Amino acid sequence: MFKILDKKHLAPQVFRYLLDAPDIAKKALPGQFVIIRLDETGERIPITISTADPTHGTLTLYVQATGKTSMEMSRMKIGDFILDVVGPLGNPSPIDLFGTVVLVGGGFGIAAIHPIAHALTQAGNKTISILGARTKELVILEEEMSKASTIVQVVTDDGTYGAKGLVTDTLQELIEKKEPIDRVIAIGPIVMMKAVADLTRPYGISTVVSLNPIMIDGTGMCGACRVTVNGEMKFACVDGPEFDGHAVDFEGLLNRMKTYLPEEAEAKEKYLKETEGKCRIAEISQIYG
Amino acid sequence: MPDRGNISNIRLKMKKDTQRHKGPRTQAPEQNPEERRKNFQEVSLGYTPAMAQLEASRCIQCKKPKCVIGCPVRVAIPDFLKQVAKGDFLGAARTVKNSNALPAVTGRVCPQEDQCEKHCVIGIKGEPLAIGKLERFVADYERLHQKAETIETAPPTGKRIAIIGAGPAGLTAAADLAKLGHEVVIFEALHKPGGVLFYGIPEFRLPKEILEAELDYLKRLGIEIQVNYVIGKIKTLDELQEDGFDAIFIGTGAGLPYFLDIPGENLNGVYSANEFLTRINLMHAWEFPVFDTPLHHHKTFVVIGGGNTALDAARTALRLPTTEKVMLVYRRSREELPARLEEIKHAEEEGIEFHYLASPLEIKGTNGWVSEIVCQKMELGEPDTSGRKHPQPVENSAFPLKTDAVIIALGSGVNPLIAKSASDLQTDSHGHIELADPDINLTSRPGVFAGGDIVTGAATVISAMGAGKKAAQGIHHYVMKVKKTLI
Ligand SMILES: Cc1cc2nc3c(=O)[nH]c(=O)nc-3n(C[C@H](O)[C@H](O)[C@H](O)COP(=O)(O)OP(=O)(O)OC[C@H]3O[C@@H](n4cnc5c(N)ncnc54)[C@H](O)[C@@H]3O)c2cc1C
Ligand SMILES: Cc1cc2nc3c(=O)[nH]c(=O)nc-3n(C[C@H](O)[C@H](O)[C@H](O)COP(=O)(O)OP(=O)(O)OC[C@H]3O[C@@H](n4cnc5c(N)ncnc54)[C@H](O)[C@@H]3O)c2cc1C
Ligand code: SF4
Ligand code: SF4
Ligand code: FES
Repeated sequence: MFKILDKKHLAPQVFRYLLDAPDIAKKALPGQFVIIRLDETGERIPITISTADPTHGTLTLYVQATGKTSMEMSRMKIGDFILDVVGPLGNPSPIDLFGTVVLVGGGFGIAAIHPIAHALTQAGNKTISILGARTKELVILEEEMSKASTIVQVVTDDGTYGAKGLVTDTLQELIEKKEPIDRVIAIGPIVMMKAVADLTRPYGISTVVSLNPIMIDGTGMCGACRVTVNGEMKFACVDGPEFDGHAVDFEGLLNRMKTYLPEEAEAKEKYLKETEGKCRIAEISQIYG
Repeated sequence: MPDRGNISNIRLKMKKDTQRHKGPRTQAPEQNPEERRKNFQEVSLGYTPAMAQLEASRCIQCKKPKCVIGCPVRVAIPDFLKQVAKGDFLGAARTVKNSNALPAVTGRVCPQEDQCEKHCVIGIKGEPLAIGKLERFVADYERLHQKAETIETAPPTGKRIAIIGAGPAGLTAAADLAKLGHEVVIFEALHKPGGVLFYGIPEFRLPKEILEAELDYLKRLGIEIQVNYVIGKIKTLDELQEDGFDAIFIGTGAGLPYFLDIPGENLNGVYSANEFLTRINLMHAWEFPVFDTPLHHHKTFVVIGGGNTALDAARTALRLPTTEKVMLVYRRSREELPARLEEIKHAEEEGIEFHYLASPLEIKGTNGWVSEIVCQKMELGEPDTSGRKHPQPVENSAFPLKTDAVIIALGSGVNPLIAKSASDLQTDSHGHIELADPDINLTSRPGVFAGGDIVTGAATVISAMGAGKKAAQGIHHYVMKVKKTLI
């Protein structure tokens, strides 16, 4: 049982949780994730560890309430317990002196980018973080990211905050300005990661993406998380989650993410019906969902 | 729901001295195929006491019992059969438990026809004794009729042992070590202990209730089970030793699924047997949306493979509410099927369609979903290194099978997580942990022992348990010797 020590509603559908998980906090490194299961009937969902604090024994997670499980989690209160948290899973992001690193974060991907940016800056890199969101109120972690990186640039689709456009527009500008980029790390929606990889490919800029396929066990046992990289089958939970963005078969990944769309919708609908009137997030998701 | 109460309802006629019964093997009642193919309840209903007594009295009490040699953990088979024949079922259960900690499990899942029953002399002319069914009977009888007793354990030794993996190997090692007075902690990666017994073997073959009862027995031995603990990630072997564990047993199994490496394996509707069975057994996907883990509603399945895993996947698929047809594609013929004979028979009765001498070439799809699998015909050639006839493709023999789901059950490899985190742990080219001393299951690393599928590759429940027992003895000697030198 893992206690929720703190919880904050940051933006529509985006929540931050502070979990009491001392053993995991001691070991977690940037780029790793946990798998959580809320209760006896729950499913196992992977969530990136955004901050691990070994001194206080806590993990900070950012979760977007998109479906049944993440919405149910958003209704949990401070002091409630999560039944299972397992981790740290996946390989840590390599931290080295690369030179100039551009970190591109979209949506909850910003939470995943944060610890990596922090570690890379500490290691002496120049870090340029590009944070992308649909609109102003969805920009999360801006302050933390400013502390963690050398430069931060915000981009919104609708131009309500920062530059108007897509993260790739800003990255394109950097490349055209002849910024000597040694490495790009992109974490966010699959289409965003694909766009970033497509952009950097002709320039030969090494580009890392963090894949988030459907997972169950997270230990290499089920093969649900398989992705094709360089024509080879890889399991994202044990071989990744980070891979060479230029070698990933994004189309295949996008297709596999559709496997449970009807069932996910069914679960969400049932959940919303059951919790109608009781649940604020239901309204929110009707507005933004 | 089949009536199982009869076990206790029948009055026993106990004879003073049992006579040998020369009749045929006593058949245990089963749920009929039409009924069971749509439910997850156990297929075999097991013996009644009268049936068990009758069957056990077929044993001629061999002076040099061959059956025992066939059993990897050397259950004292004639002794327990004699007790059953006399009606002393609780005594029989104790006899079995002396060498086998999980008889309710092994009685159900051992491939008896290749082990104990294969060697039974009665089998030379007729049918061998139904040793497995009798073992199951006494274990079930004990569970239903015996109040939880306090288990005698040796006085505390002050030694702490870490067991990694709560499959049959780890559970057996843990039980033996706890009985010897050691403090035992099991670390399990998943949220439920049991290993393949929990996530792999389905309810209709091994009811979870039985596994829970066996796990309860371990808890009563004072064993702590720490779930959600992936060793190699949250803790390395070094760290476990620093935490004060005097010895470590690794029983992490062979859970890495193999795929076919043919086009189309990434289409939606293609599953490894592990994923498919885990969704259902561990995550209860068949009870979606009450449980949150989904499984897509398919009408037709093609299962590739011929082992227990393939048959379990096929028969599980059959039981899902929207399934209309399940086919199984195996590259050799029926005779070579590696699965347990009983499962093959059950699968045939339930209407699984077997395609023998066929091997998949390609999975085709529409809109990203499986639509058919193209196979080719095979013929059996000369025996290969495994001693079985080697299947060879027949030229220009490709044929399609229309289906909307494919389950790949080709066996599995070992998980490299622990070996990766401990460079001094020697493994072979397939990643199996190598034993420095196979007599006590000691690895290349001092104080670290291993056993079960992680050492042998995918094998059987009982062989994993045998390895767990052997390792427990090795660990006991190891930690007690260390203790003495310290004093
Ligand atoms: C390594 C990894 C790290 C992740 N880190 C985070 C994180 O830090 N914060 C966070 O909010 N989410 C994260 N995710 C995604 C998260 O696991 C899913 O959003 C979650 O499974 C949704 O569950 P649900 O029941 O709420 O929604 P569902 O009903 O299962 O799905 C709702 C929507 O989310 C999509 N979805 C389902 N599974 C995934 C997935 N694995 N990845 C992306 N989208 C998915 C569905 O297609 C659907 O549109 C991560 C995923 C992986 C694999
Ligand atoms: C579907 C299926 C059906 C089968 N049917 C039969 C049958 O009828 N009869 C028969 O005799 N055999 C059968 N087998 C084979 C048998 O189940 C195995 O040989 C046996 O379970 C091996 O036992 P084990 O203890 O070595 O490993 P497992 O049962 O695989 O258990 C290993 C455990 O270790 C855990 N683990 C792995 N890595 C870590 C880690 N890093 N840290 C912590 N924990 C970890 C796993 O989660 C798992 O719980 C079947 C196998 C399958 C898959
Ligand atoms: S443990 Fe298995 S092999 Fe041994 S007697 Fe029992 S059923 Fe037979
Ligand atoms: S070999 Fe058969 S008949 Fe002989 S003791 Fe064993 S079970 Fe009995
Ligand atoms: S989640 Fe099961 S293998 Fe990766």
